[in-house]
Amino acid sequence: MSQTELPEQLVATTPIELDKPVPQAKTAASNAWWIYILLTLGLVVMVFPFIWMILSSLKGAAELSQIPPTWFPLAPTLENYNKLFNQLDFPVYFMNSAILGISITVLNLIFCSMLGYALAKLRFRGKNMLFGLVLATIMIPASVTLVPLFVLMSKIGLVNNLAAVILPEAAGGLGVFLMRQFMLGIPDELLDAGRVDGAGEFFLFWRVVVPLCGPALATLTIIQFLASWNDFLLPLIMLNNDQSYNLPIALATFAVGPHVSDNGLLLAGAVVVVMPILIIFFLLQRYFTQGIVMTGLKG
Amino acid sequence: MSKADIGLASPRTQVAHPASPKPGKAGREQRNLAGWLFALPWTVIFLVFMAFPIIVSLLLSFTDFGLANLQDPFSLHFIGIENYVKLVHDQVFLLAALNTLIVVVVGVPLNVILSLLVAIGLNRGVNYVRTIFRIGYYLPVVTSIVAIAVVWRFLLDPDTGLVNNLLHMIGITGPNWLGSITLALPSIIFVVVWHNIGSAMIIFLAGLQGIDPSLYEAAEMDGAGKFALFRNITLPMLRPTMLFVTVITSIGFLQVFQEPFVLTQGGPLNRTLTVGIYLYQQGFNFFNQGYASAMAYILFVAIVILAFVQFRLLRPQT
Repeated sequence: MSQTELPEQLVATTPIELDKPVPQAKTAASNAWWIYILLTLGLVVMVFPFIWMILSSLKGAAELSQIPPTWFPLAPTLENYNKLFNQLDFPVYFMNSAILGISITVLNLIFCSMLGYALAKLRFRGKNMLFGLVLATIMIPASVTLVPLFVLMSKIGLVNNLAAVILPEAAGGLGVFLMRQFMLGIPDELLDAGRVDGAGEFFLFWRVVVPLCGPALATLTIIQFLASWNDFLLPLIMLNNDQSYNLPIALATFAVGPHVSDNGLLLAGAVVVVMPILIIFFLLQRYFTQGIVMTGLKG
Repeated sequence: MSKADIGLASPRTQVAHPASPKPGKAGREQRNLAGWLFALPWTVIFLVFMAFPIIVSLLLSFTDFGLANLQDPFSLHFIGIENYVKLVHDQVFLLAALNTLIVVVVGVPLNVILSLLVAIGLNRGVNYVRTIFRIGYYLPVVTSIVAIAVVWRFLLDPDTGLVNNLLHMIGITGPNWLGSITLALPSIIFVVVWHNIGSAMIIFLAGLQGIDPSLYEAAEMDGAGKFALFRNITLPMLRPTMLFVTVITSIGFLQVFQEPFVLTQGGPLNRTLTVGIYLYQQGFNFFNQGYASAMAYILFVAIVILAFVQFRLLRPQT
């Protein structure tokens, strides 16, 4: 990927204010009513499935198969959730997802900011090649590594162990890119002053640079946690034992297998998968969109 | 700080900086050491879990690696390009490749155009409620595709599904969306695009805000109409953003997996079977892992070629 062809605004590390009023809006048709109508229709299509998912997860089995379907649950019940948590192993899957999300995120924060520091602030042989590799990882399809990873993990006995997912995902290219871009904005003079005073590189990294990287670390935390929480392909290959499923694998397995027609259960499962992310998203949505703008990559 | 300072061009600007203590030979070596120590953990993981598998995968694609080899990896046989020859004659693979191509050829332009329109609408028409709209359109992006697919499978159910019941209200008998050989793939494309519009929209919004408003003012003073403004300013200025969005959307769509996996499992009659799903079935249901590796490499090469072509076609004209 040629460096000069990436749009400038995608690699900007200063926050882009998506909410600020745009000067251009003055000259354009600011109040064109039909734009509102079209956008609102689109918004309904985007948001409605979520509302409907939550409402329907509170319906009983009979009401779910009713024609025409009801909008609001006539007799709201928690029986679907009850089944998820008391008859199935959803607490285990929830824990597995949380362990995957937290450990992959923490490892990425450490490894990516270390390499980001080396790429942004140190000079060493092979640096450009390494940065090229980082960018290349973004284009490599996961499927190309799946078979050898599976063979490797079964050889060292890690299949059905969360580590089989954590290790390969502990050091992504995206996080390095993000940290490097942000660290380039930290003045070199700051570090040179420290070097003159005899501070080692590790000290400078840990005590000077990392504390200044708050926004980038926050963004990486959110993007990475989201990706790991929703992670599907690698867990599908590695986690075959039903005690090692993460939430998406459990839900997909039930949806195509044993509970294929238990709609209430599946919808409640979908709510359990989606809800933690929705809560984080509503609280921190600014970081989400900033992260996408900063990296240009999807969550 | 100016964009030039922080953009990708900065390795060069950085070299020009009055740099740190002038290193002698010893200093330079120490610096090399420090650099590699910081790079070490990431690089080790990259080499073991990415670079190594990519090379092994290429080698495996020339072997008959299968279930027995999981116990005894080195009893495999090199069979040359047999896997690739077999793939070219495998009707199921060809259908999967065609389906994947349709998802890309139909889905990517649809995704790019719709997200661009939403971004332009949000950028121009709606100032106060823009945040609410932005969150709404972005919502599907952050949610698990499996969960989304479960919900859409229910919404698209021919009898109890909401979509057909709404159609029924206006007097139309809705089809069996996911069970029909003609409509299953379009339904999958719809769900894939629905899930991805938000992320492209955010990138376009950022791109739109990067356009210098004085360009519009100058053109308007010269009497340019709205369409002329869009054609002659917005589109050319968005070209790099468009390139970026198109490339990453195509890379993602070529690997489409989760939506058909949950919605249709590739059916009916393989009409929604994608290369990603067929690869998974061959590699991990039937354990024809040499064959699956060959497929993975074809997909890999397709991604590289597609990205390359798009760079050539869409790169900024200077």
